[in-house]
Amino acid sequence: AARMFLRLLSDIQWRAAHPKWRRMTNSQRGTSTTAEPHPVSLPAQAQVVICGGGIMGTSVAYHLSKMGWKDIVLLEQGRLAAGTTRFCAGIVSTARPMSVELKMAHYSNKLYQQLEQETGVQTGYMKTGSISLAQTQDRLISLKRIASSLNVMGIPCEIISPKKVLQLHPLINIHDLVGAIYVPEDALVSSANVSLALATAASQNGVQIHERTSVSHVTIQKGRVTGVETDRGRIQCEYFVNCAGQWAYELGHSGEEPVHIPLHACEHFYLLTHPLKEPLSSSLPTVVDPDGRIYIRNWQGGILSGGFEKNPKPLFTEGRNQLEIQNLQEDWDHFGPLLDALLRRMPGLEALQIMQLVNCPESFTPDMRCIMGESPTARGYFVLAGMNSAGISYGGGAGKYLAEWIVNGYPSENVWPLDLKRFGTLQSSRTFLRHRVMEVMPLMCDLKVPRWDFQTGRQLRTSPLYDRLDAQGARWMEKHGFERVKYFVPPGSDLLDLDHSKTFYKPDWFDIVGSEVKCCKEAVCVIDMSSFTKFEISSTGDQALESLQYLFSNDLDVPVGHVVHTGMLNEKGGYENDCSIARLSKRSFFMISPTDQQVHCWTWLKNHLPVDSNLVVEDVTWKYTALNLIGPRAVDVLSELSYAPMTAEHFPSLFCKEMSVGYANGIRVMSITHTGEPGFVLYIPIEYALHVYNEVMNMGQKYGIRNAGYYALRSLRIEKFFAFWGQDLDAFTTPMECGREFQVKLDKGMQFLGQEALWEQKQNGVYKRFTMFILEDHDTDMDLWPWWGEPIYRNGRYVGKTTSSAYSYTLERHVCLGFVHHFDEKTGEELVVTTDFINQGEYEIDIAGQRFQAKAKLYPFSSLFTQRRRKDEVELSGYQRE
Amino acid sequence: FYLTPSQVNSILKANEYSFKVPEFDGKNVSSVLGFDSNQLPANAPIEDRRSAATCLQTRGMLLGVFDGHAGCACAQAVSERLFYYIAVSLLPHETLLEIENAVESGRALLPILQWHKHPNDYFSKEASKLYFNSLRTYWQELIDLNSGETTDVREALINAFKRLDNDISLEAQVGDPNSFLNYLVLRVAFSGATACVAHVDGVDLHIANTGDSRAMLGVQEEDGSWSAVNLSYDHNAQNEHEVERVKMEHPKSEEKSLVKQDRLLGLLMPFRAFGDVKFKWSIELQKRVIESGPDQLNDNEYTKFIPPNYHTPPYLTAEPEVIHHKLRPQDKFLVLATDGLWETMHRQDVARIVGEYLTGVHHQQPIAVGGYKVTLGQMHGLLTERRARISSVFEDQNAATHLIRHAVGNNEFGTVDHERLSKMLSLPEELARMYRDDITIIVVQFNSHVIGAY
Repeated sequence: AARMFLRLLSDIQWRAAHPKWRRMTNSQRGTSTTAEPHPVSLPAQAQVVICGGGIMGTSVAYHLSKMGWKDIVLLEQGRLAAGTTRFCAGIVSTARPMSVELKMAHYSNKLYQQLEQETGVQTGYMKTGSISLAQTQDRLISLKRIASSLNVMGIPCEIISPKKVLQLHPLINIHDLVGAIYVPEDALVSSANVSLALATAASQNGVQIHERTSVSHVTIQKGRVTGVETDRGRIQCEYFVNCAGQWAYELGHSGEEPVHIPLHACEHFYLLTHPLKEPLSSSLPTVVDPDGRIYIRNWQGGILSGGFEKNPKPLFTEGRNQLEIQNLQEDWDHFGPLLDALLRRMPGLEALQIMQLVNCPESFTPDMRCIMGESPTARGYFVLAGMNSAGISYGGGAGKYLAEWIVNGYPSENVWPLDLKRFGTLQSSRTFLRHRVMEVMPLMCDLKVPRWDFQTGRQLRTSPLYDRLDAQGARWMEKHGFERVKYFVPPGSDLLDLDHSKTFYKPDWFDIVGSEVKCCKEAVCVIDMSSFTKFEISSTGDQALESLQYLFSNDLDVPVGHVVHTGMLNEKGGYENDCSIARLSKRSFFMISPTDQQVHCWTWLKNHLPVDSNLVVEDVTWKYTALNLIGPRAVDVLSELSYAPMTAEHFPSLFCKEMSVGYANGIRVMSITHTGEPGFVLYIPIEYALHVYNEVMNMGQKYGIRNAGYYALRSLRIEKFFAFWGQDLDAFTTPMECGREFQVKLDKGMQFLGQEALWEQKQNGVYKRFTMFILEDHDTDMDLWPWWGEPIYRNGRYVGKTTSSAYSYTLERHVCLGFVHHFDEKTGEELVVTTDFINQGEYEIDIAGQRFQAKAKLYPFSSLFTQRRRKDEVELSGYQRE
Repeated sequence: FYLTPSQVNSILKANEYSFKVPEFDGKNVSSVLGFDSNQLPANAPIEDRRSAATCLQTRGMLLGVFDGHAGCACAQAVSERLFYYIAVSLLPHETLLEIENAVESGRALLPILQWHKHPNDYFSKEASKLYFNSLRTYWQELIDLNSGETTDVREALINAFKRLDNDISLEAQVGDPNSFLNYLVLRVAFSGATACVAHVDGVDLHIANTGDSRAMLGVQEEDGSWSAVNLSYDHNAQNEHEVERVKMEHPKSEEKSLVKQDRLLGLLMPFRAFGDVKFKWSIELQKRVIESGPDQLNDNEYTKFIPPNYHTPPYLTAEPEVIHHKLRPQDKFLVLATDGLWETMHRQDVARIVGEYLTGVHHQQPIAVGGYKVTLGQMHGLLTERRARISSVFEDQNAATHLIRHAVGNNEFGTVDHERLSKMLSLPEELARMYRDDITIIVVQFNSHVIGAY
């Protein structure tokens, strides 16, 4: 086999050095017709088979081989780096709003910088810097928020004036600019050559690379990958990595058991020009003009400029191979508006001669974030695709995370926002994808303000009460395809339309939500919470209890009818899920988890529960409508409807009972509210939903009942210092770090997942601490509102970031929740965070570059909240999700 | 100096006319949905004419474009009279008798034609009596000739053309006591006109063509694209058969002088035409008529001028070439237009532009830069024009207007260039004819459902 590596290597090097490969404009036809026999036959088996020889596949191969895995085969249907990778613009940009994306881009940049030295393959790496322009004040705010994030990462960046922009790039028309962000270390690369360099290094490390080999499908047996069928024979393997880019969806569906990878390609155009009279310097910074929807980089003395138009052209990959995708037509009329924007930004380019309009398809995903991770249905089936046109920026980091995932079982960072399991089959409809990507592609450049929502692919999953609530003024948002109410617009009040309500400041619904919160505190509100994931776990014997005791940190061996809040932890004690579990009987449990846990939690249970036909797990999410009755009068409403005493003596907090409400029988009533306020959640078999809702609303009238939405819930839970999974809690956060030690029963008499890690933390202390901040000198009406991801400064030094925030109508202040770390002043090493450390600091929260004083608290304001009905109520209900 | 888009539009739309065939019981039983027509002058006054009428005593619809030369008198006369000659030629014997009896006894006449006219399409009141008498003489002869056979459309068209031309010639020879009319008939005879006439009756489409106007059928292919089918042959020097015909009709000695510089006797572009007695009468007859004619005629150098090598008249005929076409569902429209259109546009482009206009679907040819040297600025301008072109489709409510907009305003990329359009339309009268010819267009839209049901 060693000889083959050499041959392959020389092949790659030959092509890397060949001028044709360095020129992006060179049509693929030239290289692919160079008939070349397949060098060697495929191996019969390998540990890992990677499908796709673009930047993702080669990066995964590179990182796997770096981590010591050698038995790896990479298959490419055409030629290496000849798909989207070949045609992409080669811009490495770190100015990303999301932390994990920013980290991936930062890592990629560092990796590419040294790649040429490492492999000897020219990558064209050039540190040019980048300038992102703002034409509006709102855009500048979003850039300032990014600058705050970059700064705390140690990535140099600067908010600059239009004048400075002109100094950095003489061609830019600055008349309509209000400012810009300059990131001096952003770079340009030849993306195809980066990919070839990664392939070369991987090959040197033992990875076998086979070009012109198509994967027809992946074979899966008993929920595990067993092999790969290709047009050149079968390879047995343990792991399969789908890095097929725009073909990933199709490939995922090619097997008997489909793996849903929700992405859809769109045509993407960029322009190449001949050099200017005085050729542009190759060190000239890349320009991004999001308000004009374009990017512009220097390219061989001329420019390369593309963008994200408002009317994208989705593209079906079915039945089309690499070559056909490469021969997509130029569409000048489609590119017209972007050309307008280009010439408006750089009027001096009018006389520049066109070389080519490149049509380079890009894959987009339903939420604009890439897709990585293991399939929920097939173990060993990994995916890395759907880069939303940032493949080069993410390539290095994403490949590293996925390699870590395969080798270590989980990456070194929280990648839940990118996890394939955030999607279900429902996002896999071609129609949904086609509609959604048409919204996503323009969104690449649209201004994203707090709480923006997707507008396409909506009204898919709804509660049976949808129409009733909608008729009463409900405004909707979507989570995991489920429509949820944000708030109710009272009749007669006029809210701004969608476009005008976009703001970084106080939103127009402020008073509406305020009155809903007030009603929750003083009377009673009803919130439809049907979207939450609901499982039932039961067994013939004690299997259910025993298994769950192992999977959950709290003690579930409680009397029947009790509800337990508990984390579902991993080995490291981190939250895989955060749930409420009701013991329905000795042998059956009802488990409520966040909405977007539907796939992840199911997979986790399936992978960790023993294979036992007597142990049954059922997803009953769709069976129940959940109504949350919040407020001091909830007890009155419910007792009138059920003719049963609902007082604390008869129905204590954290209790679950099946009872009748109105005419409907078998309503599962739980005394939890997800907010810390008194009240109940009613789990109603869906056919009774309308009846029960009507009864509750009629009976509630005399108690002042009204509808409320999630924004009210959110304000309530944040002022109560409730963390929720997916926002505040993730797989890298333990109960010890967020003040939930009381939900961990280290001595419950049996082993459970994460127990050891938690023991250690209990002994040695924690390295971060969930903290509540009350903004002191923040003017709600005039100042920018916090969102999440704002840096936290302690005594002027960066200590962490916020994870969520809300306005507390009770405190009349903004409350931010976030994690405080303790970095050693000299070494930067993470130290144990003690209560004293938290309490003895002066804190500031940085909102888009402006710092606000904040008071840190480790415990909620108990005095503010009345009606404590059980001694441990507040503590025990320290559970929240959104 | 530029015309604003709205000024351009007011010029382009000044002569537009649309006719929709009325529906009965919510159904249109005619194979014709309707037609759009328009004309844009280059000469002042314009020498083109157009006519459209529905035959009332027989079935069918008549549409025609007439391109005059050496003045507009002949084209005007033909546009007024030809359809009556055709309609009469098509009438059955009984109807002719009925009409003749009505005239004889002073009763109201059965209406023969329903005209579809733009307000600018005038009929000369003064000559109506004269024209009517000639027409009556024609139908009286038809009554006398009664062959008992059903009328063949082809023959009727040929007879009508020839008869009208003959009448024009005779009227000029006989003259009229009214000096205005006398001068008029002479002007008609000494000027000329080509004619391209369509007769549509159900799926039977007949095109009778004399001269170099043209009829073109727009066909929609299965893939939705548009192609053009010619339904007439140009009678000019480019048509070999036509050159052959002329040569056959004259002695070999004249072979070289017959067609010079692509013109008949080195003078006339069309090889067939109405009027133009200078190419039809003997020299003696011409001289006699001119001498006895009014002074205006005598003063006109052109009329006095005898063509060189004029040995064996007539050199010119008004006899049309008739093409019959059975309409198919894919035949979506017919374009009749004078040579002013065909000089500037290829029939394939005409088919596409009208087809896309009528269906509202725009198969714009994609732009490919290929190996051309194009700057960003040029491309920007081009794309802006193409966008304007799409919006210009919605500006026009008339297919003929849309076609004229393209014919006059198209740049090398096939896009309407407002600047160019503005320039072409604002040319002073004396220059206009140098850059463009009169353009007259009729676009007839067919009813595929009716045609498919035949």
